[in-house]
Amino acid sequence: MNLTLKIWRQKNNADKGDFKEYKISDISKDMSFLEMLDVLNENLSEKGEDPVHFDHDCREGICGMCSLYIDGKPHGPQQTTTCQLHMRSFSDGDVITIEPWRAKPFPVMKDLVVDRSAFDRIIQAGGYVSVNTGGVPDANEIPIPKSIADLAMDAAQCIGCGACVAACKNASAMLFTSAKVSQLALLPQGQVERKIRAEKMVAQMDAEGFGACTNTGACEAECPKGISITNIARMNREYFSAVVSSDTL
Amino acid sequence: MILDSKIPEGPLADKWTKHKFNVKLVNPANKRKYDVIVVGTGLAGASAAASLAELGYNVKAFCFQDSPRRAHSIAAQGGINAAKNYQNDGDSVYRLFYDTIKGGDYRAREGNVYRLAEVSVNIIDQCVAQGVPFAREYGGLLANRSFGGAQVSRTFYAKGQTGQQLLLGAYSALSRQVANGKVKLYPRTEMMDVVMIDGKARGIVTRNLITGAIESHSAHAVLLCTGGYGNVFFLSTNAMGSNVTAAWRAHKKGAFFSNPSFTQIHPTCIPVSGDHQSKLTLMSESLRNDGRVWVPATVETAEKLRKGQITANDIKEEDRDYYLERKYPSFGNLVPRDVASRNAKYVCDEGRGVNETGEAVFLDFRDAIKRDGRNVIEAKYGNLFDMYMQITGDNPYEVPMMIYPAVHYTMGGLWVDYNLMTTIPGLYALGEANFSDHGANRLGASALMQGLADGYFVIPYTIGDYLASNSADRIPVDHPEFKKAEKEVSDRLQKLLSIKGEKTVDYFHKKLGKIMWDYCGMARTEEGLTKAKAMIKELKKEFWTNVNVLGSNEELNLSLEKANRVSDFLELGELMVDDALHRNESCGGHFREEYQTPEGEALRDDENFAYVAAWKYLGEGQEEELHKEPLVFENVKLTQRSYK
Ligand SMILES: Cc1cc2nc3c(=O)[nH]c(=O)nc-3n(C[C@H](O)[C@H](O)[C@H](O)COP(=O)(O)OP(=O)(O)OC[C@H]3O[C@@H](n4cnc5c(N)ncnc54)[C@H](O)[C@@H]3O)c2cc1C
Ligand code: SF4
Ligand code: FES
Repeated sequence: MNLTLKIWRQKNNADKGDFKEYKISDISKDMSFLEMLDVLNENLSEKGEDPVHFDHDCREGICGMCSLYIDGKPHGPQQTTTCQLHMRSFSDGDVITIEPWRAKPFPVMKDLVVDRSAFDRIIQAGGYVSVNTGGVPDANEIPIPKSIADLAMDAAQCIGCGACVAACKNASAMLFTSAKVSQLALLPQGQVERKIRAEKMVAQMDAEGFGACTNTGACEAECPKGISITNIARMNREYFSAVVSSDTL
Repeated sequence: MILDSKIPEGPLADKWTKHKFNVKLVNPANKRKYDVIVVGTGLAGASAAASLAELGYNVKAFCFQDSPRRAHSIAAQGGINAAKNYQNDGDSVYRLFYDTIKGGDYRAREGNVYRLAEVSVNIIDQCVAQGVPFAREYGGLLANRSFGGAQVSRTFYAKGQTGQQLLLGAYSALSRQVANGKVKLYPRTEMMDVVMIDGKARGIVTRNLITGAIESHSAHAVLLCTGGYGNVFFLSTNAMGSNVTAAWRAHKKGAFFSNPSFTQIHPTCIPVSGDHQSKLTLMSESLRNDGRVWVPATVETAEKLRKGQITANDIKEEDRDYYLERKYPSFGNLVPRDVASRNAKYVCDEGRGVNETGEAVFLDFRDAIKRDGRNVIEAKYGNLFDMYMQITGDNPYEVPMMIYPAVHYTMGGLWVDYNLMTTIPGLYALGEANFSDHGANRLGASALMQGLADGYFVIPYTIGDYLASNSADRIPVDHPEFKKAEKEVSDRLQKLLSIKGEKTVDYFHKKLGKIMWDYCGMARTEEGLTKAKAMIKELKKEFWTNVNVLGSNEELNLSLEKANRVSDFLELGELMVDDALHRNESCGGHFREEYQTPEGEALRDDENFAYVAAWKYLGEGQEEELHKEPLVFENVKLTQRSYK
């Protein structure tokens, strides 16, 4: 396959940035999207030009490090991560536009690399059960219905990639935040801090500058891990029940 | 130097308890006077950082990814072992200990392995308390499966994403301590060197990957939890960024490196599809519980298959060779990884490989689907089948999967004693970065167990023993030793940037990987290794004269990051070859063709090689010095491993 790539190039956070066009040839359908970019970078490096910087690590769809806004969609045309997107989803002669995540709380650091540390700070605000190492009960002491454990697992699968934010016109982080709130609200271990957790995580989300949720469902449609929007409804319930009967006195 | 493993005296089952009682303690009010650096936020690092912060130490945690949650541990699929015996099927701490020692082909320490089995039960309790959503039975209790050749069901799992869920559990504990102000996080920061003052590790030098700033951090102890070095082979199942730099730089400062050639080649990976390949994808080993491994019985049939004249489903039952079931009737498809991998290589070397390149075997679910129904198989392996389909375009419900061995895990690593301390006082190594518990071959679902054991349940006790006998005085980072280390780091980076040669960094990495795979991979010979050594030396010379590293230090610079890591892989590669060459025996993942039984199994030489090899760095361009820690077996009898 021969392709034309329009890629966002930005030297650093302060730079304005611009699109640059590249031609690339002999791309095999078996390559992953990132391997296609590897080929481009190897070509650029051989010519002594600065390679295109993008985030990635596991290349197995699980670390959540890869991103990219491809032809107007986070992680491209399929509902997977960019590292699991394969070139068989494209055709010879295609022009592909590649941009970083665009959201104020995710500033661009260079080219396609953004800073998603806001997500870490949301988890730090309350995305845990406050138990220290040691001194916990036997793992089988509290039976948990399989259906509940499975629901919690569904929510826990979020990889923290940020596609939900990138997909949302308001740059809302509700899907990400609600996935963690739901996981812990569903499990008996998460009950004690249930209210305060929802309050604090939502407050942090707002403080980071993520927008409000207007229920368009764009996040769910683009989430590579199929995190359901019902988690947002659950978080809203958690949150409102928390504010009417707060545990913080 | 006499290597003292510090294994406590006394009966195996009492060693750890006794040791915990005997170690010195830092009193609660004094803990805040000590600073600990934790490099790495995978299972080992995140669990250690969180646990030490909970105790009251001041922790700084570093990782090169943009978030601690993305450490390579996140990718582990299959599960984590623990001797809970919830299934009432005969498991016990002793059995897990025994399986691990035997699985490691008797090249690990009894004391360490027993402790690992002992604390394994606490790990599961801890994770459940954190809200890790392990798989459960309808009655609400935890589910287990049998994994990687174990004859009991002791593996806990969370769908096919066990590593993810365990890491997110440890990350949540870490995040809580960040919120409490006890841990300071440094993401996108790469450790470049350890700083030694008065013979002790007192800090590190780092590079900020966004700005390029070279900075020093001072502490009373440094923990390296930096993972394995499988990427020395270029292609492996490790994440792209996994590297040896932290461990290697520590090695050059005096930490001995043990058994570097002990590498695990995992039998069930998706075969290489072309030159563009950047990494290999593991298909969880749990698939071998139901999938049957086979190749055509004859080379002729295999050739037809490779030419596309026939498909797998055209091959009649009598023309198939289920070679693992044939050779190992009692373990069948569940033989340990090294045995499964080597046999795949043999049948492919005979010309019976099944894909275009001739380097693949089938893993077939036809009979399992017939027996249990598609629904059952889908419930067990649905996400793995989807992943396979996504990558290869083939549907494993209809045609057999194709698999081939790939580099997966490194049993070797920094030498540590029972306290997890390296040969440098105050420098510890945890998780895959150390060499300690898996001998010459790691059993499935045991790396997650070891990482969390080290971080949650070992280091919180053993670090106190060291800190309690060291003063709490802090050393400022303008100390000359820090300045000197910073300068060395900057000079090395500038040197890389100034070569401006003609070849890219990947060119060298790929070449090194090929040498390692061809000569220091699944089967090794004296002749091949000797050749490899010369080739690596040559390649290293070429690297330092002809690599082209673009850009400058003062920016986000992928090319520089890679070059820095590859420069260390080149040095490590040579040591791996030395290690493989000196060990004139076969054991576990280390298979020297000269040393095999008439049936082609690994032939150990316990008389001469029942020791841990620990290599000491002597200086640029010099051969490393070999030290030996004899392995003493008081509880298990060394036998020839047999899975027949
Ligand atoms: C695909 C796959 C599947 C696996 N499945 C299983 C399984 O089912 N069961 C099992 O038991 N094991 C499994 N393993 C093995 C297991 O996942 C690893 O051995 C284990 O997770 C290693 O954990 P760790 O904490 O030692 O290191 P890692 O998780 O590799 O973490 C290393 C950390 O160190 C940091 N780091 C490294 N170098 C530097 C540096 N120079 N400066 C700063 N930071 C640095 C990284 O940023 C990272 O945070 C699997 C491995 C792979 C590849
Ligand atoms: S909810 Fe989905 S899209 Fe959002 S961060 Fe999690 S995995 Fe990514
Ligand atoms: S690189 Fe890890 S999810 Fe894509």
